[in-house]
Amino acid sequence: MFHYFLKRLGGAVPTLFIIITGSFFMIRLAPGGPFDRERVVPPDIMANLLKAYHLDEDLWHQYLRYLIGLSHFDFGPSFKYKDFSVAQLIAQGFPTSLTLGTVAMIAALTVGLTLGVWAALRQNSMIDYSAMGISMLGIAVPNFVIAPMLTLVFGLMLGWLPVGGWGQPANYVLPVIALCLPQIAAIARLTRASMIEVLGSNFVRTARAKGMPERITITRHALRAALLPVVSYLGPAIAQIITGSVVVEQIFSIPGIGRYFVQSSLNRDYTMVMGVTVFYGALVILCNLAADLLYGVLDPKVRYD
Amino acid sequence: MAEITLQPPSGAIEVKGRSLWADARHRFLQNKAAVVGLAVLVLIAIACFGAPYFGLRAQDDINWDMIQAAPDWSQGYFFGTDSNGRDVFVRTLYGGQVSLTVGIVSTLVSLVIGTLYGATAGFLGGRIDGAMMRFVDMLYSIPFIFFVILLTVYFGREIVYMYIAIGAVNWLDMARIVRGQTLSIKRKEYIEAAHASGVSTWRIITRHIIPNCLGPVVVYMTLTVPVVILTESFISFLGMGVQEPQSSWGTLVAEGADNLENAPWRVLGPGAVLAVTLLALNFVGDGLRDALDPKDR
Amino acid sequence: MKEALRKLLLPAVAAAVLTAGAFTAQAETVLHRGNGAEPETLDPQKSTGVPEANIQYELFEGLTTYTPDGKIVPGMAEKWEVSDDGLTYTFHLRDSKWSNGDPVTAGDFVFAFRRLVDPATASDYAYIISDVVANASEISAGTEKDITKLGIQAVDDHTLKITLAHATPYFLGLLRHSSLLPVNENSVKAHPDDWTKPGNLVSNGAYQLTEWTPQASLTMVKNPNYYGADKVKIDKLVYYPTEDLGEEFKRFRAGELDVTYDTPSDQIKYVMANMKDQFQNSPYLGTYYYVINLTKEPLGKQPALREALALAVDRDKLVEKITQSGELPAYSWVCPGIHGWDQQFTDFKDMTQADREAKAKKLLADNGYGPNNPLSVEILYNTNENHKKIAVAIQSMWKAIGVQATITNQEWKVYLGSRHDKQFQVARAGWIGDYEDPTTFLTLFLSDAGPQNDAGYNNPDYDKLVKGSAMETDPDKRMKMLEQAEAIFLKDLPIIPIYHYTTKHMVSPKLVGWEPNVLDYHLARDLSFKD
Repeated sequence: MFHYFLKRLGGAVPTLFIIITGSFFMIRLAPGGPFDRERVVPPDIMANLLKAYHLDEDLWHQYLRYLIGLSHFDFGPSFKYKDFSVAQLIAQGFPTSLTLGTVAMIAALTVGLTLGVWAALRQNSMIDYSAMGISMLGIAVPNFVIAPMLTLVFGLMLGWLPVGGWGQPANYVLPVIALCLPQIAAIARLTRASMIEVLGSNFVRTARAKGMPERITITRHALRAALLPVVSYLGPAIAQIITGSVVVEQIFSIPGIGRYFVQSSLNRDYTMVMGVTVFYGALVILCNLAADLLYGVLDPKVRYD
Repeated sequence: MAEITLQPPSGAIEVKGRSLWADARHRFLQNKAAVVGLAVLVLIAIACFGAPYFGLRAQDDINWDMIQAAPDWSQGYFFGTDSNGRDVFVRTLYGGQVSLTVGIVSTLVSLVIGTLYGATAGFLGGRIDGAMMRFVDMLYSIPFIFFVILLTVYFGREIVYMYIAIGAVNWLDMARIVRGQTLSIKRKEYIEAAHASGVSTWRIITRHIIPNCLGPVVVYMTLTVPVVILTESFISFLGMGVQEPQSSWGTLVAEGADNLENAPWRVLGPGAVLAVTLLALNFVGDGLRDALDPKDR
Repeated sequence: MKEALRKLLLPAVAAAVLTAGAFTAQAETVLHRGNGAEPETLDPQKSTGVPEANIQYELFEGLTTYTPDGKIVPGMAEKWEVSDDGLTYTFHLRDSKWSNGDPVTAGDFVFAFRRLVDPATASDYAYIISDVVANASEISAGTEKDITKLGIQAVDDHTLKITLAHATPYFLGLLRHSSLLPVNENSVKAHPDDWTKPGNLVSNGAYQLTEWTPQASLTMVKNPNYYGADKVKIDKLVYYPTEDLGEEFKRFRAGELDVTYDTPSDQIKYVMANMKDQFQNSPYLGTYYYVINLTKEPLGKQPALREALALAVDRDKLVEKITQSGELPAYSWVCPGIHGWDQQFTDFKDMTQADREAKAKKLLADNGYGPNNPLSVEILYNTNENHKKIAVAIQSMWKAIGVQATITNQEWKVYLGSRHDKQFQVARAGWIGDYEDPTTFLTLFLSDAGPQNDAGYNNPDYDKLVKGSAMETDPDKRMKMLEQAEAIFLKDLPIIPIYHYTTKHMVSPKLVGWEPNVLDYHLARDLSFKD
């Protein structure tokens, strides 16, 4: 297992390299540049701007310059937020997104797994239908509807929680709800499906036949095997939730990094796009590696050779 | 989607022939929630695609006296009007044509690619698995917005490219889930037996591995549909996909969300139709899963 | 026992903490203001947008400044003299200090002006003084390498001389532009990359920067060294990036904000019915219009078709039913409210809409368009709810005169590219003036304005008048020339004016001193809270 782990970590470097190279050239093919505005900058002044950010060099030089910078963790300046470097902006926003995402994911796992197992044990009963129906609502009603609804009801009408802002524990409540609802739906539904399959399988039947207490059968044996597809799903889902959501951040005014994923692309803030792409790529690789290692823990039959 | 998933679930049971097919159908029809769900889906599809023949208003008819007006049943404005004085009910039906098509086509694209890709990677294992899954990691990281913008700029505003764009990003999760299942299934005795008796790899994957992954796959498929429907509205925002006066559920709900307080009908109408569709789909999905489960009988 | 004691003590402690909080809150007045977006930079010479300028005006003060109702008054310059030829301005600075105690000198202004045009600074707004201050354009373009040749000199610490390339009647108004605010030379040189960060930023305005968390909030407190510090009533300002207008509005209603950046147009009806006294709705220096690509046929060579399209747009209906924010229907390019400007209008301004439509149909028919051969037009806009609503409405208005219009949306930067490369037929556009003078509008459509003239408009008479006005020293004659240019422009109709913008702020009733002005310039130093 440890050997496999090292091998995968080694494999991450070429993967990241391809991500960087591919993204670098792809984003330059798109029309529009970072300094294009409705008010056209005169050509002389545009030339000064391009020169200041080395955008006047040919693309290969810029690419090499970027790689050299990256090799000592220099992601370059942000073209949009000129007072900060890309690394500063990510470092400032990531703790917020990470905290928020972690809390939301823990909440989603707790609720999602409970609903899923419960529904599986009562397959095709009213409990099953309502548990699945409710969890499905979390994904059927998009977060750009849920979030303003939450601020309207709890922030404005009831006045229990702040509408927006950041810094106090009360600011966490609504964003966490908005973030975890769709995750609950996915986790509950995947759990239910694979739980039903596992409950019908031979080894659970054997365990039950042997008179093992139901609680132990379910938690120790059935749930463990049933988690496999949930873990597959969680790899990328965790990478995504801890890097924030542009919708949730804009609605609740949260200083996370989710907005940079969308805004930097729309702004053609090349260095920022590259920064978040590399950062996200590394997280995806790590999370998927963790998921793959978990397979082996959950199902001893899974081997990597 | 019924056609795709209602395959014989497992080669091991194939000897039983048709009875299994009939068996699955029988079990599906026994599941009341699934049957009701299917009926609701069919009704909604008929309403959306039949909209031009029902003698309704056109979707771009502007009523200057009813700008953002509440539902008025006497005048046939069941869902009220939008900020241009257009009938939200009619726009929801027409929008459904886009959303249902995207939901089905793009989900199928992601289903086919994801399942085959994941099963192949998981079954072949080793270096091939490593390379194939690293490719998936790369696609997760590629800046999606640029991908869409480039497609729009170089290929134009064809709706076909929208399906490709959406399908192309949504098969990744599917591939990971199928691969995870495959890693576990491929160690099962019957697979190893099939392997030993010289059954071809392709046949093992399509006849043994994939049918045994169908449970999570069908369920994940039902989770993909809402994602796909909402992705469409974002892609239209980027200038690809549908454009005015054509709309879609995702776009209507997004517009409505901005008017939650002063014109709640704008989100309630299309939002309810979207939610009912997805709930129905959820029960159909669970019904299908239960019906196809090889162990569950 | 212990538990009981704690239960008894806890409320007492909580109460003590709360009253302490209430006490400080009373002692210190704080203004919470929605500011639209996260500032791109606080560096006056590098920024471009309104949210940035709003913060910079609190921090820095230029040679001139404005009263709450928008009149130019002395700022850092106590008084000034203008030479008879209008080419030389001599400013006498008042005694004032930076927030770190350094005196504000003429050298600080020289430094800031040079910094703006220095190619190494790479300022977007360097062009604001190109063709205005002597040698500015040459230095920006790199043809003049000696930056000291810029027409600005410190005669002594308190005397500043600015030499212009040619007489510029609006120069004093231009001076308050955010890119011409002074910066402290020592602090910029000491922290070249970080001088705008809290702790490093040295300011000469009414406030100084204390905290800045990107995407969350930016806090400023009163600058005790400001010359008018004793008149500044509000102790602390917290500016929030409020990207989602609907949420900003909710935060205002929940009492989390005292001033909003904007008001969502969908909420105007509610506001007018329920909180009219808190709504500040006034004309703004800008015009919303549709630009027509004159390099594309048939609209390019047939002014009658352009006129037909312009006639068919029912501006009153559009403003009343769609945008709903008190916008002024536009029949001109230059927006109203500029001092000394006699507003020019299109010919059809005083016709009824029914007559306009009849005329539009006739114009189309005269040019061979009718039910069997409808004129087809493509409208381009950047994805945005308001632009979409307007495009949909105009599409239906054009349909009423038999024009087949299709609507296309593009992502912002793609759309900008299409406009500047003239890859469109009719495109939505908007323009907010930089300073209070008609040239901030009229120079856009000079035939040599490059991609900014996205209509491809080329009329030598117009060019002659606009360019000639720059050489005219008599202000009245100059205005007359510009008015003639505008009249020609409105005859040629390379654009379809739709409405003139208004500003839409929600302002807390507790706040005193808010006055409307066309530049939408509302400094906290002029505001105070009711007791």
